[in-house]
Parts: sequence; structure tokens; C-alpha cells
Amino acid sequence: MVETTAGIRDLGSIQDDYLALTRQKRLYSFILLIIFIALMVAGFSVAGGRNAGSFWGGLDNFFDYPAELVIEASGKLSELPGHFVTFFPALIETVNIAAAATLIGAIAAIFLSLLSTRGMACFPVLIPVFRRIMDISRAIPEIVVALVLIFILGGGPVPAMIAIALHTAGALGKLFSEVNENADLKPLDGLASVGAAWGQKMALGIVPQVAPNWLSYALLRFEINVRASAILGFVGAGGLGYELKNAISWGQGRYDEAAAIFLLLFITIIVIDQTSSHYRDRLTHGAKSERRA
Amino acid sequence: MTMLDTADLKGSAGRVMSRKRIVSFALPALVLTYLTYVFFAFGVPDLIAKASGTNARALMADTYSHKVHVTRDNRNGTVRVAIEGESKGAYAEGASPDWVALGEETIIDLGGGHIVTYLPANNGVTYNVPGYGLMTFEVSRSQGVIQNYPTGDIPDWVNASKNRVAVTTEAGRLSITRNRTEVFRYFVGWELFFFTLDSPYHGMGFGEVVSRAFAGEAGAIAQDFWTNKMWRHADVAWAIFETILMAFLGTMGGAIVALPLAFLAARNFAPLLAVRMATRRLFDFIRGVDALIWTIILSRAFGLGPLTGALAILITDTGTFGKLFSEALENVDKKQIEGVQSTGAKPIQRYRFGVIPQITPVLISQILYFLESNTRSATVIGAITGGGIGLLLTQAIITQKDWEEVSYYIMLIVVMVVFMDWLSGLLRRKLIKGGKDGH
Repeated sequence: MVETTAGIRDLGSIQDDYLALTRQKRLYSFILLIIFIALMVAGFSVAGGRNAGSFWGGLDNFFDYPAELVIEASGKLSELPGHFVTFFPALIETVNIAAAATLIGAIAAIFLSLLSTRGMACFPVLIPVFRRIMDISRAIPEIVVALVLIFILGGGPVPAMIAIALHTAGALGKLFSEVNENADLKPLDGLASVGAAWGQKMALGIVPQVAPNWLSYALLRFEINVRASAILGFVGAGGLGYELKNAISWGQGRYDEAAAIFLLLFITIIVIDQTSSHYRDRLTHGAKSERRA
Repeated sequence: MTMLDTADLKGSAGRVMSRKRIVSFALPALVLTYLTYVFFAFGVPDLIAKASGTNARALMADTYSHKVHVTRDNRNGTVRVAIEGESKGAYAEGASPDWVALGEETIIDLGGGHIVTYLPANNGVTYNVPGYGLMTFEVSRSQGVIQNYPTGDIPDWVNASKNRVAVTTEAGRLSITRNRTEVFRYFVGWELFFFTLDSPYHGMGFGEVVSRAFAGEAGAIAQDFWTNKMWRHADVAWAIFETILMAFLGTMGGAIVALPLAFLAARNFAPLLAVRMATRRLFDFIRGVDALIWTIILSRAFGLGPLTGALAILITDTGTFGKLFSEALENVDKKQIEGVQSTGAKPIQRYRFGVIPQITPVLISQILYFLESNTRSATVIGAITGGGIGLLLTQAIITQKDWEEVSYYIMLIVVMVVFMDWLSGLLRRKLIKGGKDGH
């Protein structure tokens, strides 16, 4: 009997405790929310205070510039195909920068990732060194490398390509080594038992296992790099971004050129995104069905 | 029968192998062909020929050293000593470092026996190079720079013409034109990093500064450091803060805008196909327009500044977050929502207690990942919209003068990105683990 009443009392106190805990949790969430809102509001007002134009004023004429562009471009609709032809080489250059950078960066990333994964590394002692190399090349923003190289090499696509490739090597290297960690190491033992060298072990034992995932990440990176190469062009590294900067600085009267470049960039990014996401989907699903079988 | 089978198998295995062999040669060949094409399309040979070795060397040298200019104005004879030749780093009238003796004759000891002397008569200059001899120069209005060398031939480290002489040795550099005579001496280290010459704490040892700080001068010391005109620590700190602010506002704002929209794009929450398609196309459009174009459009509307950068990140991320969040929403477990519903929960409560806890880990990890990568984007966008450390960096590079500032900014940017990477990783581990414990 005594035990039962104790149990009932306990239940009541448990309920009280639970409710108190819930209240406390709710209070904490509420305080966190208030702090977060305060941070956002304060942040926006600080940023707004440092801005040349105000937020509300800007909101009013947000559509002014796009509208001007569209109106002027639609007035000169017949000239658009001509502009497309004119700026097509720049577009090719932008895509080439991204493609070459992805390719070079991915090749570097393959070696970096293999050298920094336990069980695969050729020199296990140097694993931390290769990891730090990847961390650093990932941490340096592309624009920093690009601007320094533009100073040394002069403007053009090569500084942008090197800058993006460097960043890609670090970013992909990290993702690749995560993929490598899930790979089966038994084929390596088998290959080692027949006397394979390190390169042969990697090429025959690891690459077939991880290639689909590597390729999928590399395609995703290519999408990102196309955007990066357009932006770097804007700071002087050639390609579509550079043409865009010139077209904008000419201002009114030449808006049709700016509109043509905007359209080209937009279409390119959409096409590349869609194609790459289609192939990535196939790669990962293909890998899944193989694994199931 | 078995014989036939093995023969068949061998044949098919052989075909597979030969196809693989072709692929394993064709793929690298293809990559190589493409890279060769790019090599020539980008004009790499031309670029290598034109690459500026002097710029690279100046950049490398400036990153770890600084130079002090001793300049004589050849029109009135005044001698001025200034670090990096800037008025901010100029020594007061009549003051000089101990290797420069000012006076009727100014004697500049470049070290290692290299002595340059500014003579009062005819703007004369002598330079004693050990192992070579004494060179003497005079500047005249009518005849340019009159030059006397100890040997007949002019050595290749002297670049001379009628109106201009530049002598470059391992100790320093002397340049003479009609209007001015200038000596550069190079020193390792970043000059005036802590205190400028006008501060009383310049030249003090670290220990002495610390003891002065304890003696009640901490405020003055901090003030002198903070308002250092050469390195502008206050401005740089503010620029870093501004960059992180842009990334924070953009990421969080984007997430806040994208979350409700993501419900409209998720198959299991938006039964109307038209709404779903419209929202998805909106996300695709926002992502397709790209950060660069948004930045340009926004800087037209909002002017230059950090707010524009924050909004550009916000809009771009809305598209990406919308897509990611709606995918996360499509993967939620229906059973939990039904469980909450069975207790009589209203729709809002169903979302709050049935859906949100399920997607919180995905949301948090995506948001934190983007916060880190947006710090990098904010540096680039800042360079275009004029805000934060990106702007300082581009300005320092465009002026092409103070490369030690450029390397300082680069270091700060790398430290900032590594810090944000570390912070986002830390928060991700803490919050997601905490979230799992809580539910």
C-alpha cells in the first residue's frame, strides 16, 4: 500500500518535473529566438547604415534596372541574335575555364585524396600533410589567387583557371577522401599479394569502386565552377563576366548587349545544371542498383 | 558442353578486357587532348612569355620585407626619410634611423660596406660598392646625370641613361633623376605594424609595452595600436566583421525565406501540381540567374555596400535552400505526423511537432555548411559590391604598392575562412547531437 501511494506521489512529481522542464525548454527556445531576431534586425540595420542606398528606397526601384534592360532589349530584339554570336566566344571561354579547372582540380584531388586516406596512402606518415594542403587550398577564396595571378600574369583566362583549379583540388579532395573511406580495402590486399605497385593497386583496386561517386561530385563541382568563372571574369579574368562588366559600364543605350549576356549566362547555367543533375542522378542510382544486385 | 562454355566465357571476358583497355587509354588521351586545346585556346605560351617576373619578385619580397626611402629633392636639397616612402611613415624633420647620418653631407650606411653619400655641391652623390669601387654622380639642370665609374664599362647591375641612373645591389637600390635622388634599403618584417612613428610606443620592446600597459597606459597603447594609420587595424577588423555579417545575414535570411516556400515545393505537402511546379521553377530561376547577376541588379537598386552583398547572398541561397529543404521535406516520415495528429493536433501543431523536428538536423547542417561557404562568397561579392575585406583586398591590389598589406589581408581571409569552417563544424556537431538527444 505504502509503495503504491509513493508511486502515485512520484507520478505527480514526475509530471511537475516534466512540465517544469518543458517550460524551461520553451523559455530557452524563446530566448534563443529573441536573440536571433535581435541579431538579424541589428545586423540588417548595421549593414543598411553602411550601404550607399537605403533598403526601402532600393526596394522601390528594385525592378527599375531589369525593366529598363528588358524594355531596351525588346526594342532591339532583332539585334539579339547578333549579340549572341558576338559573345559566344566569351561564353566558350567561361565554360572552358570551368571545365579545365574542374579537370585539373579533380586530377589533383584524386591524388591528394588517395594520399590522405588511411589504408590507401602511399606514405602513411604524410597523411596529415596532404590533409593540411587540401584544407589550405580549400580555405583560400578563388578571388584572392585570381587577383594575385592577374597582377603577375596579366588579365585573361589562365589566372581564373588556376585559381578555380586550386580551390577545386581542395574541395573535391575532401569529398573524394570521404568516398574513399567507404571503399572496400580487400581488393588492395589481393593486388598486393600478386605484387602490384601502389599505382596499380589504386587504379585496379580503388578507382573502379569509387569512380561513379567521384564523377558525380566532379560534375556538381563543374556546375559551381561555371558560376565562379563568370564571377572571376567580372574582376578581370576574361570570359563572359568581363564582357558583362564592360557592357554594364557603357550604361544606357547599350543595354541590349548586357541583356544578351545576361540571357547567355542564364541559359548556360540552366543547361549545365540540368544536364549535370541528370547524369549525377544516373550515376548514383546506377551505383545503388549495382550494390543491390 | 563445358568446353564450349569456357571458350564462350573466355571470348566474352577477352572482349570486356579489350574494351576496358581501349577505355583506359582513350580516357586519358581525351583529357590530354582537351587540356592541350585549352593550353592553346588560353594562349598559355604567349602568357608565359609576357609574365612579369619583376611583379612576382616585388610581390614575394614585399610580403616579408619593407623598404625605407631616403629621398633628396634635387631642386631644394631637402632630405627626407620615410618608411615605404609614405607620408604616414615619414620620420620627423631632422630625425632619422641610426644608419642615416643627416647633416651637410648625408651619409647612408646600407650595411656590408655599402656607403652612399649625398654631397651638398651640385647635388652630388657617391656610392662606394665594396669590391668594385667608388661611383660618383652629379645632377645638373642642363646635362642630366653626370656619371663617373671606377672602370670603363658600366656593370650590368647599373641601369644608366642620360637623365636617369638606377643602381641595384644586394644591399639596396640607388636611383637618381634630375628631380630627385633616392636610396632604398630593405628590411625583413612588416614595418610599423603595431605603432606608427608618431606614437611614443614605437621602437619599444614587447616587455616594456606590457609593463607600461600595467602601469596604467593600456588605454593609450590600445588607442595607438587601433588607430595605426599605416595598417588601419580598426578598419580591417570592421571589414572582417562586415564580411562575416554579410554571410550571416544572407544565409539566415535565405533560410527563413526558403523554409515556407519549400513546403509549397514538396510533393507531400503541396497537393496542387501547379503550385508545386511554379515554386520549383521559381527556385530554378533564382539559382539560374546566379549570384553575379543578382549582385549587379541589386547594386543598381540598393547602391554599393554590405547590405547589397547580404541581399545578393540571401536571394541566391533562397533558391538553393528551397531546393534542398523541399527534398528534405519529401523524405520525412509520415508516421510521426500521423502520431501527432492522433492526439488531436491542429495542422500548425502537426507541422511544429511532427515535421520540424524531423528536418531540423538537415536544416541546421545545411545552413551551417552554407554559412561557411558564404563567408568565402562574401569576400568575392564584397569585392564587387564594395563591402568588407574583399574591397580592401582589391583596393590594395589595384594600387600595386603595398604588397605586405595584400599578404596581410590574404592571411586574414584564410584565418577567417578556417575559423568559420571550424565554428560551423563545431556547431553542427553540438546542435545535431543535442537535437537527437532532445527527441
